[in-house]
Amino acid sequence: MNLVYGLLLQGAQMALVLALAPLLTGFVRKIKARLLRRRGAPLLQPYRDLVRLLRKDVVLAENASWLFRVTPYVIFAGSWVAASLVPTFGTGLLFSWTADLIAITALLGSVRFFLALAGMDVGTSFGGIGSSREVMIASFAEPAMLITVFAVAMIAGSTQLSTISEFMSSPAVGLRVSLGLGLFALIMVALAENARIPIDNPATHLELTMVHEAMVLEYSGRHLALIDLCSELKLLLYISLISCLFFSWGEAPPGAGLTALAVGAAAYAAKLALGGLLLAVFETSIAKMRVFRVPEFLGIALMLALLATLLRFVSGSL
Amino acid sequence: MALLDGIPCSSAVTSHRPWPRVVVDADGWQKAIDRLVANEIVLLGLWGDADVVHMALACPEGDAIAVISLECRGGTFPSVGARHAPARRLERAISDLFGLEAAGTPDDRPWLDHQRWDCAHPLGKGGRPKQAIPYRFLPSEGEGLHQVAVGPVHAGIIEPGHFRFAANGEFVVRLEGRLGYVHKGIEALMSGATLDGAARLACRTSGDSAVAYSYAFVSAVESALQIEVPARAVYLRALAAELERLGNHFGDIGAICNDASFALMHAQTGILRERCLRVAETCFGHRLMMDLILPGGLARDLAVDGHAAVTGLLAEIDRAFPRLIELYDKTASLQDRTVGTGVVKPAYARLFGAGGYVGRASGRPLDARRSPGYAPYRDLSFEVPTLQEGDVNARVWIRIREVEQSVQLIRQILAQLPAGAIRAALPSSGEPAEGLALVEAFRGDVLVWVRLDEDRRIARCHLRDASWFQWPLVEAAIEGNIIADFPLCNKSFNCSYSGHDL
Repeated sequence: MNLVYGLLLQGAQMALVLALAPLLTGFVRKIKARLLRRRGAPLLQPYRDLVRLLRKDVVLAENASWLFRVTPYVIFAGSWVAASLVPTFGTGLLFSWTADLIAITALLGSVRFFLALAGMDVGTSFGGIGSSREVMIASFAEPAMLITVFAVAMIAGSTQLSTISEFMSSPAVGLRVSLGLGLFALIMVALAENARIPIDNPATHLELTMVHEAMVLEYSGRHLALIDLCSELKLLLYISLISCLFFSWGEAPPGAGLTALAVGAAAYAAKLALGGLLLAVFETSIAKMRVFRVPEFLGIALMLALLATLLRFVSGSL
Repeated sequence: MALLDGIPCSSAVTSHRPWPRVVVDADGWQKAIDRLVANEIVLLGLWGDADVVHMALACPEGDAIAVISLECRGGTFPSVGARHAPARRLERAISDLFGLEAAGTPDDRPWLDHQRWDCAHPLGKGGRPKQAIPYRFLPSEGEGLHQVAVGPVHAGIIEPGHFRFAANGEFVVRLEGRLGYVHKGIEALMSGATLDGAARLACRTSGDSAVAYSYAFVSAVESALQIEVPARAVYLRALAAELERLGNHFGDIGAICNDASFALMHAQTGILRERCLRVAETCFGHRLMMDLILPGGLARDLAVDGHAAVTGLLAEIDRAFPRLIELYDKTASLQDRTVGTGVVKPAYARLFGAGGYVGRASGRPLDARRSPGYAPYRDLSFEVPTLQEGDVNARVWIRIREVEQSVQLIRQILAQLPAGAIRAALPSSGEPAEGLALVEAFRGDVLVWVRLDEDRRIARCHLRDASWFQWPLVEAAIEGNIIADFPLCNKSFNCSYSGHDL
């Protein structure tokens, strides 16, 4: 019975992230449009875009290899699994015991690896530019991400997200400087990983300034739909991750009843909305940085994460 | 030293107004090139005629202008571009359009002709199109260099142009532009056109400068015919020109910020730009004020509610614009992108005689409204803002200051606006006459040279956009910058494709 319940819960979680991801992106776009005094596209527009792309034919470059065709499915699988590992409305996910925070980081790393390869596969200059910039950004973002993970894991005593989440919502956690540092490091990494301003601009039409968009410039049809859905999933994943690590209030504990689950779902929706709102406001108020400023930006994230780890070493209560 | 000193000439053309045109021989032509190379005079334009090439020259202060003409024996003329780089693309265009070859030029590649026309030299002898040969881009060799080709079709809705980058990683080693994709044959269409018809064509050379182009065209015609334009029309032309400048500068300031992904500024200035366009429609019945300016005066008078609409616009700009300037100035992330990016050295701006915000941001304080100057600006007070830095930030600030100057100018125009007729009658026939005019469009000086026949039709008309001398500076400005900064640099120039390709 427990297994069935656990499976159901995990299934619900997987369906939820997939269903909510385009809505979150639509929500961020809507807020940004309103901040610019525009009316903006409807909230459901990302769903319509996905349907439109799925209906379209795929246009493939003549010299595209199997890698180019396989990549959208590989990265979709990777992103979906990663997103379904992060507790959303409740902890105690079934899969949580098989994969921890390090596994999530690794999954996202593989997703990027395949996407960067596919960007170079067709041999257009934009794909190459995009891949090289993406890998440069990743080489700074991934260490920062991992060290943040270590800092949090040392405080919570585990790399299991469910365990960390439960620890964070318990009174044992207290106020810790290292957690604050880790939070900022993770937010900076999240901005970079999701190709948001100031690192990249998801809405640009300027080929020469693109990072993520340049890599996927050659994709079309259902391939592009999957890649877009991946980006939307990734945004959802990072907001979920930040809220589950640092703001885990309201999450339903393992084996909780329906009421607790409903409370958890409502809290999760509120957290997502707040995250999206803050992201939109932040993106509107800042210009994109020069490509070569990105290492500095992510270097700060790395330093913050390192500092968080060091503080934890110096004193157990910091 | 006067403009034509040291340039021996055989005869002066008396029907050329308001500035002199002289016929020179090969020796005089070479002397003129000597003086160009020595930076004593500035190249304003170089264009072809049936068997003649004309070169417009100005003194560095911009107040004296002259045209020298050289007869091409055997279809060639001594190359100016061989010794004075700014003339190269003009010579290539002459070769494409007229078949007059610049002898000794280091660059004989076609420019406007992409070998897709159904005849060669459409303005000259004609003939069968040349065999299409692949375009040779300038070579860049070295370890680790790779090429990035951008355009002519871009991801956004902008005009077509091809840009070839030779880059080492992110750093641009060389940029070469290729233009001519929107060649419309305006100069060919002009030949034989009536004055009003040609004014319509001139207006459509570059849609964002519709007023400036028709203003320059009719000024050249009116100079040639020695027509006195009614004072009300003169002031209303300036009103239209300043409204156009306001709208374009607002659009540019926002678009530059948008290319640094700061969409907030774009949205806010977009509102102001839209207000300008709507006020233009209220005042003159067309958002871009097309076909408003005709030889002899104006097609339409200022609408009854035009005065109030312009006053309302100025009040809104006074209210909103200072806050936008502050937003631009106080956003550190934006300043980080614009300051120090895409520097045009003052020496280059001087060499190319770059006009508009490109020249004025690099220490070249010239404005056609001031020097040589034309009515009604001689009676209005305004400043010509100049900066020395030459970067994207300086070009934004020049635009900001010019917006403020335009607002002041419009106030003066409204206050001094005379009553009376808006169009003078034109003579229907007379001796052939030639006219030249220089008018300040929002992006720089537009030069129009026109020759009229006895029936007052256009025998030859040449329009030269400011972009001819600004495009090469884009290439110079991006060198040593990173590829990702090119859109930002390019937008800060906002050169015309349509006006250049003609």
